[in-house]
Amino acid sequence: MLKFFAARLLQAIPVLFVVITATFFLVHSAPGGPFDAEKTLPAEVLDNLNARYNLDDPLYKQYLSYMGNLVQGDFGPSFRYSNRSVTEMILTGLPITFELALYAMLIALIIGISAGIVASIRPNSAQDYIPMSLAMAGICLPSFLMGPLLVLIFGISLDWLPVSGWGYAPGDKILPAITLGTGYAAYIARLTRGGMIEVMGQDYIRTAKAKGLSTPMIIYRHALRGGLAPVVAFLGPAFAGLLAGSFVVETIFQIPGLGRFYVQAAFNRDYTMILGTTILLSTLIVLFNIVSDILTVWLNPRLTLKD
Amino acid sequence: MSLLEVSALNVDFNTRGGVINAVNSLSFTVERGETLGIVGESGSGKTVCCNALMRLLPIPPATIKGRALFEGVDLLTSSESRLRSIRGRHIGMIFQDPMTALNPFMRIGQQIMEPLQLHYKTPKDLARKRALALLQEVGIDKPEQRMDCYAHELSGGMRQRVMIAMALITEPDLLIADEPTTALDVTTQAQILALLNELQQRRNIAMIFISHDLHVIKQIATRVLVLQKGCMVEQGHCAKVFGAPQHEYTQSLLNAIPKGEKPTRYRHEQALAPNFLTITNASISFAGKPTPHLAVNDVSLSLARGEILGLVGESGCGKTSLAQSVVRLVDLEEGEVKLQNKLVTSLNKKALRLARKDMQMIFQDPFASLNPRMSIFEIIAEPLKLHDLAKTKHSLSEKVLALMCEVGLEANWAHKYPHQFSGGQRQRVAIARAIAVEPQLIIADEPVSALDVTIQAQILKLLLDLCWQYNISMIFISHDLAVVRYVADRIAVMQKGQIVELGNTEALLKNPQHHYTQTLLAARLS
Repeated sequence: MLKFFAARLLQAIPVLFVVITATFFLVHSAPGGPFDAEKTLPAEVLDNLNARYNLDDPLYKQYLSYMGNLVQGDFGPSFRYSNRSVTEMILTGLPITFELALYAMLIALIIGISAGIVASIRPNSAQDYIPMSLAMAGICLPSFLMGPLLVLIFGISLDWLPVSGWGYAPGDKILPAITLGTGYAAYIARLTRGGMIEVMGQDYIRTAKAKGLSTPMIIYRHALRGGLAPVVAFLGPAFAGLLAGSFVVETIFQIPGLGRFYVQAAFNRDYTMILGTTILLSTLIVLFNIVSDILTVWLNPRLTLKD
Repeated sequence: MSLLEVSALNVDFNTRGGVINAVNSLSFTVERGETLGIVGESGSGKTVCCNALMRLLPIPPATIKGRALFEGVDLLTSSESRLRSIRGRHIGMIFQDPMTALNPFMRIGQQIMEPLQLHYKTPKDLARKRALALLQEVGIDKPEQRMDCYAHELSGGMRQRVMIAMALITEPDLLIADEPTTALDVTTQAQILALLNELQQRRNIAMIFISHDLHVIKQIATRVLVLQKGCMVEQGHCAKVFGAPQHEYTQSLLNAIPKGEKPTRYRHEQALAPNFLTITNASISFAGKPTPHLAVNDVSLSLARGEILGLVGESGCGKTSLAQSVVRLVDLEEGEVKLQNKLVTSLNKKALRLARKDMQMIFQDPFASLNPRMSIFEIIAEPLKLHDLAKTKHSLSEKVLALMCEVGLEANWAHKYPHQFSGGQRQRVAIARAIAVEPQLIIADEPVSALDVTIQAQILKLLLDLCWQYNISMIFISHDLAVVRYVADRIAVMQKGQIVELGNTEALLKNPQHHYTQTLLAARLS
């Protein structure tokens, strides 16, 4: 397994290289720069700033020096927040985003899997249609709508839960996690339903029935492991998606996570910050996909890890 | 009172095309300690009938009517929980395909122990002991190790034994076995049948044994029930039904079994010119752990023009690999294949494509080997177009229709798709596709083993006719010795990648030299 893991990590290097290179040239080709603001700076100041951050060098030179630093683990300084390095900023934002994504994932899994199983027991009946319609609505409802809606109901009308912040007031993590999780809960519900319906039609389920097992026992002992395979395969991309997609939720709920830095960096043309976050996210996406693959193999005894 | 009394069992399926009557007012009884054989062709309702008794059919689309009294309890109307206490405890079931009927995600030991733990709350260590003892009883060696295997790690024969052990562990009163030996090799089949017979007598179990194979039923059943299209056409003691069948359907079933030698009119009078096809020192191996698996090991063969060679052996012996290497669907690792003067093994891509015009394949499973998105016309026309054998659209359709007529398909079916045909019809399509390019050599890989006996007889006759008429050579792969005897001029017996015996059909069967051939012949049921 270690060999498989290492091989897959090595395969990720060219992917990351392409991502970094493409991002580097894309952000630099976008109009504007880190020091363009509403109030134009005097030309000398601008020249000084550009010289300090080597922005007056030809682009290829900047690229080479960036890559050189990156290989040594240095993401460079933030252009916008002077005296703070990109690494520092990522280290403050990432744990918060990670925690948010984790809660959202738990919510998505609990709601999604239960709804999917309920729907799969009697396909094409009310028991199927109701959770699946809700799931469809969940997929269709974007988080920038879901967030304010939840805030309106639970924060303002009912006044049950705080509506912003992260770890300042008890319960302020609940609404953001639900907002972020529902969309994925809906996906997972649909995947679970599909996987379970397929497995429940297999011959070995008939065998289990012929042994005298009841439906809940059949689901728990014989069907879940196979039926959840599509969900497990989706977990990696989903978790990466949660991390990347958290910026909307972080903005709505005023959470100082990575997502907000990312968006602000893009608006500010904070080149090193954009690149740093992009590299981090792509690495996480690759990593979670590998983990997802390993889990899939672990769940299915017929598969073996091959590099 | 009988153990099981079924009266007026009726099973309907609601489909988009209307109601299909799968079982029609079927009545029968099963006594303690006896075996009732249910025989019939595919679609005759054998499996549906038994699954209906156990209420294993999805409702809807199925509707089940009638009465099935098992020790006084009506299986069809009892409560779900009452039924669950009978399933697996008093009635055990063995399903047809143990590969799909066993849970691939669960160790087989756990699966065998499950009914015991469920119905009798047996503690785990005791259940394990019972399972081990039972695995030994059904003839699995090293049961300790096998307990922790997954289904895919066992051979077909072992999986079927596991199924049997799983059904027997609760010592049921009735065992329903649905084609338990169909997927197995002849020697394994003989072992399993002997095992079931012995277990049944030792434990005085009643058994319902479903099969399409009359030989098997004859060997194992005391009474037999013949089903045709959901209706019972004949019922009685085995000896009586098989000795003097009353119903014409039973007669036609019995007549369709290939019996005896190859008909004289298909036999070549003078010796054939040899060396039409020569395979020299062929070896094929597949990657495997810990060492590569040698599928074909230094095999040499030759075939004359117009000759039919039967290639016989058990699953995994390398017959298919060897045959596919002739048309280069599998590449040889060593050795060469020569068709007339052409060295097939060294042809480049383009030359190989041209050479394939002379050699065609017919595959085992007509359900899987025809493209479901192509119409019959397109399927048969494709090779003609590829090899540029029809210059105009008109001549193409003329040729396709002529081919369809030749293999016994009606011309107005040309624009139907494979799923609209029965197994036999599909195999006819596959044959039409193969002979479309007027090949000199046909490789037929178990062409009739997926078919019912009556259809099988028709397809065999068709193949013999075509080979005779167009002087086609054929390598005919089969595990069924009776079928091979009926079609082949010579027989090659393969075991573990090697040809252990080769000779003229009748001589070889009458006087087998190699002990493996002798085992195969002994296992054949007749």
